[in-house]
Amino acid sequence: MTKPFIPPLSRRALLAGGGAVIVSFALMRHGLAQEAPAGPKLPGDLSKTPMLDAWIGIDAQGKITVFTGKAELGQGVKTAFIQCAAEELAVQPSAINLITADTGRTPDEGYTAGSHSMQDSGTAIRNAAAQVRDIMLSLAAAKLSIDAGTLDARDGKVSAKDGRSLGYGELASGQALHVAAQPTSRLTPPDKLKVIGSNLPRVDIPGKVTGAPMYVQDMRPDGMLHARVLRPANYGARLASLSADAARGMPGVVNIVQDGSFVAVVARGEFEAINALNVLSQNAQWSDGPQLPEQAKIYSTLTALPSQDKTILDKGDPAQPGVKRLKATYLRPYQSHGSIGPSCALAIWQDDMMTVWTHSQGVYPLRNAIAKMLSLPSDKVRCIHAEGSGCYGHNAADDVAGDAALIARAMPGTPIRVQWMREDEHGWEPFGPAMQTQVEASIDGQGKLLAWQYDVWSNTHSMRPGGPGNLLAAQYLAQPFQPDPPMPIPQPEGGGDRNAIPLYAIPNARVVSRFIPQMPIRVSALRGLGAYHNIFTTESFMDEMADAAGADPVAFRLAHLEDERARAVVSRAADAFGWTKDKPAAGWGRGFAFARYKNLAAYCAIALELRADRTTGNIELGRVVAAVDSGQAVNPDGIRNQIEGAIVQSSSWTILEEVTFDRTSITSRDWSSYPILRFPSLPQSVEVHIVNRPNAPFLGTGEAAQGPMSAAIGNAFARATGTRIRQLPLSPQRVRATLAT
Amino acid sequence: MLRRILIVVLAIVVLAGGGFLAWAWHDELPAEPRRDASAYDPAVVAKGASLAAIGSCAVCHLAKNSPSFAGGYPVETPFGVIYGSNITPDRDTGIGTWSPAAFRRAMHDGVDREGHHLYPAFPYDHFTGATDTDLDAVYAYLMTREPVRHDVPAPQLTFPLNIRLAAAAWKLLFLRHGEFVPDKSQSPEWQRGAYLAETFGHCSACHSPRNALGAEKRDEKYAGGIAEGWIGPALNAASPAPAPWTAESAFNYLRRGFDRAHGHVAGPMQEVVEHLRQANEGDVRAMATYIASLNGVAAPDAAAKAEQAVKNATSRQWPIPGRETTGSGGSSTTGLDGAAIFAGACATCHHDGGRLPISRPVALGLSSAVNGADPRNLLQIVLGGIHPAPNERGAIMPAFSGTLTDPQIVALADYVREHFSGKPKWNDTGTALEAIRRGKNS
Amino acid sequence: MTIVLTINSERHQIDADPSTPLLYVLRDNLKLNAAKFGCGLGQCGACTVLVDREPVFSCLTPISVLDGRRVRTLEGLGIADKPSPLQAAFIKEQAAQCGYCIPGMIMRAQALLEKNASPTQAEIRDHMQTNLCRCGTQMRILRAIDRAAKDMKTADAGTTTGAAR
Ligand code: FES
Ligand code: FES
Repeated sequence: MTKPFIPPLSRRALLAGGGAVIVSFALMRHGLAQEAPAGPKLPGDLSKTPMLDAWIGIDAQGKITVFTGKAELGQGVKTAFIQCAAEELAVQPSAINLITADTGRTPDEGYTAGSHSMQDSGTAIRNAAAQVRDIMLSLAAAKLSIDAGTLDARDGKVSAKDGRSLGYGELASGQALHVAAQPTSRLTPPDKLKVIGSNLPRVDIPGKVTGAPMYVQDMRPDGMLHARVLRPANYGARLASLSADAARGMPGVVNIVQDGSFVAVVARGEFEAINALNVLSQNAQWSDGPQLPEQAKIYSTLTALPSQDKTILDKGDPAQPGVKRLKATYLRPYQSHGSIGPSCALAIWQDDMMTVWTHSQGVYPLRNAIAKMLSLPSDKVRCIHAEGSGCYGHNAADDVAGDAALIARAMPGTPIRVQWMREDEHGWEPFGPAMQTQVEASIDGQGKLLAWQYDVWSNTHSMRPGGPGNLLAAQYLAQPFQPDPPMPIPQPEGGGDRNAIPLYAIPNARVVSRFIPQMPIRVSALRGLGAYHNIFTTESFMDEMADAAGADPVAFRLAHLEDERARAVVSRAADAFGWTKDKPAAGWGRGFAFARYKNLAAYCAIALELRADRTTGNIELGRVVAAVDSGQAVNPDGIRNQIEGAIVQSSSWTILEEVTFDRTSITSRDWSSYPILRFPSLPQSVEVHIVNRPNAPFLGTGEAAQGPMSAAIGNAFARATGTRIRQLPLSPQRVRATLAT
Repeated sequence: MLRRILIVVLAIVVLAGGGFLAWAWHDELPAEPRRDASAYDPAVVAKGASLAAIGSCAVCHLAKNSPSFAGGYPVETPFGVIYGSNITPDRDTGIGTWSPAAFRRAMHDGVDREGHHLYPAFPYDHFTGATDTDLDAVYAYLMTREPVRHDVPAPQLTFPLNIRLAAAAWKLLFLRHGEFVPDKSQSPEWQRGAYLAETFGHCSACHSPRNALGAEKRDEKYAGGIAEGWIGPALNAASPAPAPWTAESAFNYLRRGFDRAHGHVAGPMQEVVEHLRQANEGDVRAMATYIASLNGVAAPDAAAKAEQAVKNATSRQWPIPGRETTGSGGSSTTGLDGAAIFAGACATCHHDGGRLPISRPVALGLSSAVNGADPRNLLQIVLGGIHPAPNERGAIMPAFSGTLTDPQIVALADYVREHFSGKPKWNDTGTALEAIRRGKNS
Repeated sequence: MTIVLTINSERHQIDADPSTPLLYVLRDNLKLNAAKFGCGLGQCGACTVLVDREPVFSCLTPISVLDGRRVRTLEGLGIADKPSPLQAAFIKEQAAQCGYCIPGMIMRAQALLEKNASPTQAEIRDHMQTNLCRCGTQMRILRAIDRAAKDMKTADAGTTTGAAR
């Protein structure tokens, strides 16, 4: 992992490798015949890319290459995929060479998003590996004229009891793996698992802690130049005038690239590019953009816009008054991805081929968008994933890839590296949308939920490319592209209405998703999408209803949960925390929350304690205990790492974060105007308990804690102070104002 | 020297004998049962909250990792360290047993419930001017806070100040009892501001020079003082700020910690602003009106002069590395070229490229730290940076104390002074830096 | 202008404007990857390296001030096969997600452990507050620093590479 990762610059170089020929062939075949084979559905993304050699290649020397269309985003999927493949191929994890998202080499698995990687790609790889192993066994059986059942596959060889053995390399020659996958595989039974379920150390961490070139930011091929893009002052502003001479004459400056209102400076050194950018910005005049809404009135502004309403749950009569009926509105502001490293890309235009290294979550969709923006056929653009700083959704990764491609096309043969400035990352990335929810519910005489009416207002949660107009730069060209019309993400996954349907058993319930197409602020996917706010709402309101019923919050949840796995996770978190045992210390309050992400991925419950300082408004987080069920745990420590991370990140969102803007532009442009959690404000401790489910399907975990953490904080705050805050974030300012009286 | 004077004073008052002791003697006031929070009128509590914020009570009665008002903050004085006491309503370690009368006596006379004299680091020389009604409101506010059990260390003072009676001697010399009476010829807003600034706000405590015994010099009020190693800039006619304060700019500064003609708040004043944010807005406006009047510039003139100052400061060319040759004739090779240091360490933020539209710092030519007669504040800012309170939005400037050597810091400060202020060179920057470093290390 | 820099005990002649911040010289001229561009504003710590014994933001450290001073980057602590105690502790605790912030975190922690072999939790949190992590790896980072402090003591600081350099 410490070797420079720069893959071959051209497709031709790539195709020189033996195994890869087969793979490309497999991909082509798939491209020609889109429809999947008839019959039962294939596991995971095998259903989209059924040929085994698109996933696994074995060359004549027995070297194993595994291909995934998903990308490493810091969530540790590389390691988990390697575990899946190594387990079923019966080889050491170190024997697996894993290739991630690359439109020239790997299957098209769409976006690495929505906690889908293990479900889609992990499942595909595991099944493909098991089938490849069985192919090896049967080929060996044929060659050795021996019953396959007596053979043993281990460490890249198939061995017979009599001592004869054949290497995978010898067996896999020719087109052996160029076969369609079968719907069922002989997976290693749970009690025989060796690699799956173990805490295999992450393969990328040694490089990351020793300064190996791990990131797209670290690529520096010969002849590379640094570019910076001059972004307008405001959304929608156009370049009125620009005098580029001063910048052009600065040391190190090689070129100023301009197309309409898209302007970039290209220089030999990065600092030289930045200096020239500053001078350029002094000499640019911009027209005004459209007025932004008043921030103080953002929720009423949004809900007043036309919406497309859809009832996504309709059961009985949700208007029933019961013995007690409560109603509340919850608000969530625009929030930022806030990657620590601003987005970056490297592109080269050479031999009529555009190659872009990107930390985008979707290399295939990005390739199509760039091809359309540059009016190229899509096979003339190749996007290769290279790691970047964590993205947590659709940040500026795609935009900067578009920037790099535009600049590279103006400078044939020169590798162009573009990184955004901090203020542009903060100001221009597509934010997680502001949302409003309203919930009204009643309880019956037995203290059980009787009726539930839930409304959620939201913009779209995906403006990913898509069309070229979803790339920021494309909107500013002399021949601009318009963004795609925003679309809601349908249930069961949902976008703004993700997790809007409660998992609790409620006899009468209606949930209405109110999709607002118009977007005054640029938005797209942020970790968890609407689930963050819907879970904050539902789980806060569950506490309000529990209070109305005079019930303990955990007992109240259990009384309405029918799914055994949900109950197990709730009980595990409560027990590990000591929920019913001791009382919180004076001034401290406890909170609990639970959700199953998307109602179909991992289950997660969180219990925590906190106290609030009424004078400073600061929330001090104490002990946090989480329980999670991700199905069969491939790498328990990896799951723990994800949950711990989500807990800390969600604390930051919930307590601190809010994008700010005035009538002309985004005003939270750096870490001073958009503070996030720093070390002294971390919880005292975070504990994660895994409820393992051997042989159950993998359930996506990456976003599972985001929602429960927010509600657990809100609930604990309400118990610590006697006051509930229903508007995020629970910032020092808001806490002070709320507790002032 | 100070100690000798104090010993003499103490000796005199002690020798004066029984009269002094009788005067200095205060009874213990009876402990009161704690009343329930609901016993206090919320409107009174809210008023008390605002006054406590104006008084910045929580600055001293707070420590790292302890809840507000639980005390423990070490207040460094020239005579030793005093720890802010626990003023939560905890009965054992706080003021839970205090009656309103006991609280009033502490604020007016600097005597605690048990009858001990309090050290004047607690600014009762200001609070003494507050009205009983206002003090009762602050009392109601404190009594409705969460009681926190937290023992605070005893003061570490040198002889003879470690004798509490020394505080009584100090009071005899410097404490003027009685309610504050503002100049009735001024506007009601000004009068309100004057009352707040002189009592709860205790502004002059840091913005006036003090005598050898640590008392404010009455005849040099607002001529600039020293607090925690920083200059409290003069607010009278001697103000070093190129833009005269106006009611508006003073309000922005006090309330938001930033004004475009003055820049960002730094140093100990930052904590004051953190609290003023929580105070009643009208009260802060009133204080701003009063503060802006101290420099003696008529309001319309001040506004025009301020505008001119902003123009002057922003028209100055700021170095952008690579755009112009840095360090004409400087000594770049020895790392002592202030211009080169500025270009690499400061210009990313302190430039006029306009790429940080919001959190971008103000033109340095407007800064009182750059324009003052003493380099101390500029040095403090370069050494320690500017950091927002935990979890708050606010300007961030990193500390350069480890990045730059002392001679480099001096070169940088001198460059900034020369380039941005148009005022005569400081001739003692190195000495001032040494003094700060010494203060830090002792 | 040529400036001589001592980085990880090696002398380099750098031809660059004296005001150039160290970060760009490390990355562009010396092809060292660890120090990262995060903000360029001294707000995030992704670029943290050591100058003499102090952690500094290399994005705001002009090379002109480094004459005769000792610069250390993450690359100077250890390599994947022979990690320093802190690097080893980060691996043992699996203290990284995307890892972008980690080089800065390790360098800042290194400065702490060189001055204070047994920092308390509060001291670690306080010392680390200038550095941001967006993945939420902080709990593991704290554990790794704690573990390194203990490992360095049991291994006797004199024999370990990182602290002794
Ligand atoms: S990059 Fe230097 S502090 Fe952020
Ligand atoms: S591990 Fe990703 S920013 Fe810290």
